[in-house]
Amino acid sequence: MAYVAVKGGERAIDAAHDWLARARRGDRSLPEIGTAQIASQLGRAVDRVMAEGSCYDPDLAALAIKQAQGDLIEAAFLLRAYRTTLPRFAHSEPVETDAMLLRRRISAIYKDLPGGQVLGPTYDYTHRLLDFALAAESLEVTPLPLAAASSEDTPRVTALLDQEGLIEPSGVSTEAEPGDLTRDALAFPAERDVRLQSLARGDEGFLLALGYSTQRGYGNNHPFVGEIRVGEVAVELVPPELGFPITIGTITLTECEMVNQFSGSKTEPPQFTRGYGLCFGHSERRAMGMALVDRAMRAEELGENATAPAQDIEFVLSHCDNIEATGFVEHLKLPHYVDFQSELETIRRMRATATAATAATVATETEA
Amino acid sequence: MLGSQAIEARQGWLAVLANAPLAGIEDCIARAAPLPAHTRLRGPEIGLIMVQGRAGGDGAPFNLGEMTVTRCTVRNAQGQIGHAYLAGRDPRRAELVAALDAALQHPTESAEWARTVVAPLAEAQKEARRKVAGEAAATRVDFFTLATMRS
Repeated sequence: MAYVAVKGGERAIDAAHDWLARARRGDRSLPEIGTAQIASQLGRAVDRVMAEGSCYDPDLAALAIKQAQGDLIEAAFLLRAYRTTLPRFAHSEPVETDAMLLRRRISAIYKDLPGGQVLGPTYDYTHRLLDFALAAESLEVTPLPLAAASSEDTPRVTALLDQEGLIEPSGVSTEAEPGDLTRDALAFPAERDVRLQSLARGDEGFLLALGYSTQRGYGNNHPFVGEIRVGEVAVELVPPELGFPITIGTITLTECEMVNQFSGSKTEPPQFTRGYGLCFGHSERRAMGMALVDRAMRAEELGENATAPAQDIEFVLSHCDNIEATGFVEHLKLPHYVDFQSELETIRRMRATATAATAATVATETEA
Repeated sequence: MLGSQAIEARQGWLAVLANAPLAGIEDCIARAAPLPAHTRLRGPEIGLIMVQGRAGGDGAPFNLGEMTVTRCTVRNAQGQIGHAYLAGRDPRRAELVAALDAALQHPTESAEWARTVVAPLAEAQKEARRKVAGEAAATRVDFFTLATMRS
């Protein structure tokens, strides 16, 4: 079925967009919100848009949020569209999360561990009571307390397990060029590099729900949070004109390493397995969901029965991108007049045939 | 070809300049000798780089997502060529950093540029990192064991 162009509606569309602009501005007796305020005070929203827009730029994400009236999926869509207008210069060196300037680092599996449990700016342990003091505005901001930073190293928690050989190695550290979804369309079976890229920009709600489904028994693998890290890492790249790596700036990342059960196999002794989550900005829910689903999708590789939705690589990767999903769902709003006309004709013909057949049957029965 | 010491020095100042805000760079330049005149060889231009991570933090690389970058290359009146690759979209900052990278390669004036521009910016960054580490340390959990009531 070809699409048929229909003309008309320009005036209505212009008026609708005018109204949208006025609705976006809201009550004019109130000050207009600035993108710098959004970037600075709605940081978690900005982080989500950067992750799902798959483009790290807090100022652009803040602009997209303002333009989309806070609709974060629409904002991610705007950011994805913008990135297609820019040339790709290079790729970075893989970021070194070991060298992160940590604002938060926790482990749910070891109480006392080198580097300690650092809570950072967390909502955990808050009472989830609305704080009406925030509605009053002009809050005094008290300076943060400082403590002497310890010079202690903060080793990766999985490295502690690895010392005893109790966890699988995190895979061969190949230097092969990883697959890139922005260059090559998704193809199955998808390898872990492409799966991780897809999950890192996947919809947070989808990752959360699928991760939750594994905990509820649909592909359970007994996860523990080995470690969560939030902080700043340097981004390095090797410009061809220089031939050596240089730092180009710093980005905020959240990393989650899940430690999961594994019973072993004929060739492998029993050992823990890994699920990995890494994302732009501060978003533990996203990183944890990603790590749970990453581990679930490794079912087949680890010799488990892949029966649950989260273990179905093709199902997960085909549906985790909310830009694609919203495009296909929301396109249903666009005119389908011709499509529907043919459906109408078909159903009228079918009904006419059915009615005629019924009438014929009734007539036969009456005669009998 | 640069020796490893020269490469390390250049990596050092480029990292400091990459993490410095425009206002900070301009302040330092205002207090230093005037920058040699330069011509643009490329850019400043805005583009993207693909940021890579590693599975498990130390396994095989994967593409995490892109980030915006501004790059610029200049040649200054003294003949040095400077490069800048900076996170974000700021053509003015990229051009200044490229001009500074060129000036910092001057055989005799390099030390002076390092002292007047790079050192104060590096100190400010060190202080900022120290502050974050201190704030984080204040949220580090001190576990204690409750004394039992049994005699």
